[in-house]
Amino acid sequence: MKRAGQKVVAGTEAPGTSQTSKKQKTSLYGSGHGESDPCTSMDWGSLPHHVILRVFQFLTLVDRARASSVCRRWNEVFHIPDLWRRFEFELSQPATSYLKSTHPDLIQQIIKRHADHLQYVSFKVDSSTESAEAACDILSQLVNCSIKTLGLISTAKPSFMNVSKAHFASALTVVFVNSKSLSSIKIDDTPLDDPSLKVLVANNSDTLKLLKMSSCPHVSPAGILCVADQCHGLKELALNYYILSDELLLALSSEKHVDLEHLRIDIVSENPGQVQFHTIKKQSWDALVKHSPKVNIVMYFFLYEDEFDAFFREETPVTHLYFGRAVSKAMLGRIGMNCPRLIELVVCANGLQPLDDELIQIAERCKNLTAMGLGECEVTCRGFIEFVKMCGGRLTQLSIMEEVLIPDSDYSLDRLHLEVSKHLGRMWFPDMMPTW
Amino acid sequence: MLHRTIHLFRKELRLHDNPVLLAALQSSEALYPVYILDRAFLTSSMHIGALRWHFLLQSLEDLHKNLCQLGSCLLVIQGEYETVLRDHIQRWNITQVTLDAEMEPFYKEMEANIQRLGAELGFEVLSLVSHSLYDTQRILDINGGSPPLTYKRFLHILSLLGDPEVPVRNLTAEDFQRCSAPDADLAESYRVPLPEDLKISPENLSPWRGGETEGLQRLEQHLTDQGWVASFTKPRTIPNSLLPSTTGLSPYFSMGCLSVRTFFYRLSNIYAQAKHHSLPPVSLQGQLLWREFFYTVASATPNFTQMAGNPICLQICWYKDAERLHKWKMAQTGFPWIDAIMTQLRQEGWIHHLARHAVACFLTRGDLWISWEEGMKVFEELLLDADYSINAGNWMWLSASAFFHQYTRIFCPVRFGKRTDPQGNYIRKYLPILKNFPSKYIYEPWTASEEEQKQAGCIIDDADDPMEIKVKRDHSEENISKGKVARTTE
Repeated sequence: MKRAGQKVVAGTEAPGTSQTSKKQKTSLYGSGHGESDPCTSMDWGSLPHHVILRVFQFLTLVDRARASSVCRRWNEVFHIPDLWRRFEFELSQPATSYLKSTHPDLIQQIIKRHADHLQYVSFKVDSSTESAEAACDILSQLVNCSIKTLGLISTAKPSFMNVSKAHFASALTVVFVNSKSLSSIKIDDTPLDDPSLKVLVANNSDTLKLLKMSSCPHVSPAGILCVADQCHGLKELALNYYILSDELLLALSSEKHVDLEHLRIDIVSENPGQVQFHTIKKQSWDALVKHSPKVNIVMYFFLYEDEFDAFFREETPVTHLYFGRAVSKAMLGRIGMNCPRLIELVVCANGLQPLDDELIQIAERCKNLTAMGLGECEVTCRGFIEFVKMCGGRLTQLSIMEEVLIPDSDYSLDRLHLEVSKHLGRMWFPDMMPTW
Repeated sequence: MLHRTIHLFRKELRLHDNPVLLAALQSSEALYPVYILDRAFLTSSMHIGALRWHFLLQSLEDLHKNLCQLGSCLLVIQGEYETVLRDHIQRWNITQVTLDAEMEPFYKEMEANIQRLGAELGFEVLSLVSHSLYDTQRILDINGGSPPLTYKRFLHILSLLGDPEVPVRNLTAEDFQRCSAPDADLAESYRVPLPEDLKISPENLSPWRGGETEGLQRLEQHLTDQGWVASFTKPRTIPNSLLPSTTGLSPYFSMGCLSVRTFFYRLSNIYAQAKHHSLPPVSLQGQLLWREFFYTVASATPNFTQMAGNPICLQICWYKDAERLHKWKMAQTGFPWIDAIMTQLRQEGWIHHLARHAVACFLTRGDLWISWEEGMKVFEELLLDADYSINAGNWMWLSASAFFHQYTRIFCPVRFGKRTDPQGNYIRKYLPILKNFPSKYIYEPWTASEEEQKQAGCIIDDADDPMEIKVKRDHSEENISKGKVARTTE
């Protein structure tokens, strides 16, 4: 990097000077002499602000910070509000994390000079409570902000859950009350509670479009209902099943509400048999789909095999289904029967009986299915080929662990991959784990 | 002009298919077959546990025996390699040093140093590749200079390359007669050390014996049992495969006691004669091709065996947890499936690849969320076939740090074990304290009632880890799926 003040000459290269120009490493205006020419000389430091700004936008924060100590003008540009709209605070403790942390001095600078410029903010914290507390401290100081997007991301453990509810709530309150234009909030795995949601709604009901709050155990069905009732622009919502209610679905389907685009529901059981899951009425689902015909309904199941009783007894408009643990053959049968809108299905594990019949029924009845993943299951080669034939080219993602497929008298694994490739219209292989 | 040559054995501890040894013999009037036992160098490159020391020493003993049969002998010289070379180059008037070309950074550096020494002291250096099926540079070239990062793509590139290098011919006594061999008294002063000489415990419970002879016998057995009986029924449960394999070959490949090219061509011949010609070699030679895959990636990736500075590795916020790591290493997690596997690993130095998947997933993405580098180091120490590229590569794969699938796979420490060995006999063998538990409880003994536990003669303490780890595992599953599936394969 040339020091500011060094002169660079614009112009074309004269034949005899190719040696000199090769020595110059950087040159904004093409190659030239090292000698100064008073008529056309330019100073790096006197570049117009908007040019420096443009260059800075390509640099990483660290490089920008270094550049900012070159001269006053570049330092001014470094602090232009436009460069401080978006920031991700990375908070980690060396004792618990391998990754780097945002420098505390930088954090101080941002709070002092750029708090009101911040619009898109996220906090990435490691597994330590200190990092989560530090995030809350920073949030509490963003008093003059007008934040649009807020994300609290636990990269390893739900560390925000160890922060005191009061501390967490007061930090959120600062942002919720002052921003008044929050449109997107990601606060999964936090001690978010109903009162905080009330504050959110009271100040941001016109602007809120996205709310992701999976695994927030202190929120009640009433708390989220309040959000649905007031925030009519809500397009994306992620929550846990226990706070999903018929009333909530109806509130999201009211006339005043915009079309819902994305609804993600996590159904989780910590200990087998501990929870009895309530059912959602078919009418409530119907109302939602009638109101928002294109809505993606995503369900993540982490249940034990015999806890599925309440689900898929009737037609359910789910579009993306993920089974994080084992799911029974019978349940997959029910899904084939009752999920006509299904687009993606991922099964982590099943059992030792082949799933041929269930898959074929899914191919028949789930005409929108375009993606599937199967692990730790059994499917005969013949059954699988039948399934793929029926789905044809609409299957854009097909991910099967190699050991799922049982070769039979008609098909070996190698013949299978050719057949499947033929029906899909592209080269396809099962997923292979390395032979270690 | 014929050379006076030191041939350095490094990772090709064999006489069959040894191109550089053959070249040495053909170009020399005197040949000194040498293994420099530079302990500091070896242990600074990779951790080596007692079992692998035993295997190495057995392999060297076997090499010596086979060389004697051809009229030569092996000289094992202990010390820092550069010092040893300086000393003996002069003593023996050496004009050429031959050695196997290897791709690991520490071996490459060693070769570069030897080249420098050669320029200084006036001897030539010759090295040839024989540890992989192909010259990995050719694979890289066809893929535009970078390694293929999915197995599918890798297989495609291999299909463009055609067949691998053919093994060179076997050595004969005549080859050695033309060269004068080291004197008898040299052989005596540089004999293969015993474990006690290196202060390594002589106790060795492992059923695996090192050496080319043993490797070749196993090769024959392997081909008779499996290779050409192109079996079409995939066993749903494979309990017997978990037990120490009499036809397993991986440690012999990694020490170089067996040539991968030899194995490849033996298999290819057999398969060509087998009934079903539609089977491509991929299914039979999977082990070799995976090995090649990881070698290729490792050869072109800086900092391959760590997360920091590794361009293909996801930077993940792993926990630092020495206590849990120690429990995993010492087979004390409380999950019988995991603990049985880690017990077999420690006692015998080998575990089936599905077992490796289970414990690797458990340590990293599945349950403990501890860095894969820690697991890699434990495997380095305990596994007989620990190999720089393959070990690191697999750990990155299993921890979902690189080589992504569409959907990340998590192995449940209870369910996966049950599926692999429903009767639980493997657990009974390696964790005898649980042997009286009925099969339905043996994977989760804490689910048995107190009465049943008493009957089985083993009470499970409620305060034990399994429950705590279990809850955390549930959370990890959620983490995985939440972070999940945006990665695509080719």
